[in-house]
Amino acid sequence: MKSTAHAFKANANRALKDDQLQQALAKAKDGFVLKRAKAFEHYPEFERLREHGKRIKDHTLAHLDHYLERFEEQVKARGGHVHWAETEQEAREIIVGICRKHKARSVTKGKTMAGEEVSLNEAIEEAGIEAVETDLGEYIIQLAKEPPSHIIAPAVHKTRQQISELFDTHHHKGALKAKLREVPELVNEARGVLRSKFLASDVGITGANFLVAETGSMFLVTNEGNGDLTHTLPPVHIAIAGIEKLVPRMEDASALLRLLARSATGQDASCYTTMVTGPKREGDPDGPEEFHIVLLDNGRTRMLGNQFREMLRCIRCGACMNHCPVYSAIGGHAYGWVYPGPMGSVLTPMFVGLDGTKDLPNACTLNGRCQSVCPVKIPLPSLLRDLRQQQFEAGLVGKSTRWGLGIWGFFARRPGLYHWASGLGMRLLGRLGRRRGRFSSLPMAGAWTGSRDFPAPQGKTFHQLWKQRKESGQ
Amino acid sequence: MTENRSSSAGKRVGLFPTCLVDLFRPSVGFATVKLLEDAGYSVDVPDGQTCCGQPAYNNGDDERARGLARQVIEAYRGYDYVVVPSGSCGGTIITHYSEMFRNDREWQDAAMELAGRTWELTRFLREVAQVESLQANYTGKVTYHDSCSGLRELNIREQPRQLLTGVTGLELREMADTDVCCGFGGTFCVKYPEISERMVSNKVENIRQTGADTLLAGDLGCLMNMAGRLQREGVPVKAYHVAEILAGIDDTPAIGEGETR
Ligand code: SF4
Repeated sequence: MKSTAHAFKANANRALKDDQLQQALAKAKDGFVLKRAKAFEHYPEFERLREHGKRIKDHTLAHLDHYLERFEEQVKARGGHVHWAETEQEAREIIVGICRKHKARSVTKGKTMAGEEVSLNEAIEEAGIEAVETDLGEYIIQLAKEPPSHIIAPAVHKTRQQISELFDTHHHKGALKAKLREVPELVNEARGVLRSKFLASDVGITGANFLVAETGSMFLVTNEGNGDLTHTLPPVHIAIAGIEKLVPRMEDASALLRLLARSATGQDASCYTTMVTGPKREGDPDGPEEFHIVLLDNGRTRMLGNQFREMLRCIRCGACMNHCPVYSAIGGHAYGWVYPGPMGSVLTPMFVGLDGTKDLPNACTLNGRCQSVCPVKIPLPSLLRDLRQQQFEAGLVGKSTRWGLGIWGFFARRPGLYHWASGLGMRLLGRLGRRRGRFSSLPMAGAWTGSRDFPAPQGKTFHQLWKQRKESGQ
Repeated sequence: MTENRSSSAGKRVGLFPTCLVDLFRPSVGFATVKLLEDAGYSVDVPDGQTCCGQPAYNNGDDERARGLARQVIEAYRGYDYVVVPSGSCGGTIITHYSEMFRNDREWQDAAMELAGRTWELTRFLREVAQVESLQANYTGKVTYHDSCSGLRELNIREQPRQLLTGVTGLELREMADTDVCCGFGGTFCVKYPEISERMVSNKVENIRQTGADTLLAGDLGCLMNMAGRLQREGVPVKAYHVAEILAGIDDTPAIGEGETR
């Protein structure tokens, strides 16, 4: 996916003025937060399980080469094919290559963020093959020709009204005029359209939530069952997954599944949790004849060697964005790439580069709510701060910030001068603002006073008054 | 006023007033001094410090941040305790100084030693001074905002509320999302003013919903942000630092209020 993260500010400001989006966001936020809170209320082991989940992931990442090899062996032993994609382009070529080999005309897809990462739909369509998203949210944004705005609820930015209109245009060629439907009606309508696509599909492409080294299995979690129809009906199943999806054993996947569903949607378990181990075997009533798994690096091994390794623990639950007040204000598109919210603000600079993503690590108050809900305890605020430091060192910080810090730092490191100068400044400001107690505009403070009053200082500084108190011997 | 405790007798507290309190609202500093002295501590404020360095640290300027951290570490050597009327600056000293010096053993040790003696004010009053009841009055319906660093870095949540139950005439009304950021975030609020405006407007709405007439918090930065927005929207809610109410010095005009009301 092409990044528009460089235009973060413009994206965000547009989002703030988009009433429909704001409605959709307000509705989504409370739902996610409340459901998660409820799920954990009934799950006292949660804190212990988080620590356990973190350990599983840390251990796997520390021995990733070993587990990857193990996984490859096991997949092959069960008749599957393993492909290694170092870059986005390689991933696209591998997958399009398999589709071509099978002369595929239509491909069905389960939701895959790794697929979004490598712009898979575009590549498939360029090859003259139809790609149909089968996850409802993903289907909606495919019709709207938009990228996802949330990693588990890709169309969370859309209102029911907007979806009804989209369906009118695409399903009824505009013959129905903006008929506002209830959610079940919308779901049934999409289901009807998708059913024939499932049956006509030549290749099914899905993501994977976990890869199990011990058995060469992959886990697929959905709430709509579309993932299962995608991988069992067509003759070929291709899964694409980042190499960080690996876990050593079945029970590790099961522990992480317990964290995932609760953190994502507040469910004890997702409606469909499917384990796929290789292609159809003799005697199996259904399943694909061929099974391929594409293991995507795309910059991940680079992260293994530094503090950003912690980010590779991410199980893509979306809790960090659901609890992020910045995400709730601007939605996912503003972040400009596949992964939005706090996790995206760490990942996007890693994948796209520091230069085109300058705002992402900064557009955060470091309030820490994301870290407090992350099921694998990723220290998102520290990682964002580390990125700020890298920006600073790379000279990517704007002049005004740099100069501001320089001037402030000059005084702050000279307490005598600082107390004298601030004493004068505050006395002046205090005198100007004494009657009203605040300013509604101030030179050079427009960014503050544009939306709020600025409280006037009381006059003398604490240091001046403290000195007076000490001198008067109280 | 609180009863004197033998454990506090003769103990010296170095007050770290924070730069915002120093510049904008010394009354918070004096309220803190009063609370500490009432609890039996002797209080001093060293000259050789200005700011904890957080603005530099949060903007990626680690070198400058370390310079300020060293200045604070030096200035506060020798006090039995260091008390900070802010969860945010307290968090910087207590949790972040040692990270800043992760490649410098000597200073890291010094940072950790300081962290071990440093307390956010309300937590200090409850857990070290063991203040059970205060004798303060405040007639009003109050709502309390949990500032993020205090809440999530230092576990400040119950302490201010427990202390407020001791203030005669005060009725506490919890707001929705009291643990959600107000949109201040240091330089965030001026770098991303539009996003910050949305966040602080949400906060103001939650405050308004409680029907409270007074907003309290433990961090002056957040308070200036919220007070500024309350006033811009014309919502008649006064904002004070929690220390001011606990110390009973509400005769000072509220944040952003003038002499003529
Ligand atoms: S960073 Fe943590 S909270 Fe965010 S999506 Fe990943 S696992 Fe979930």
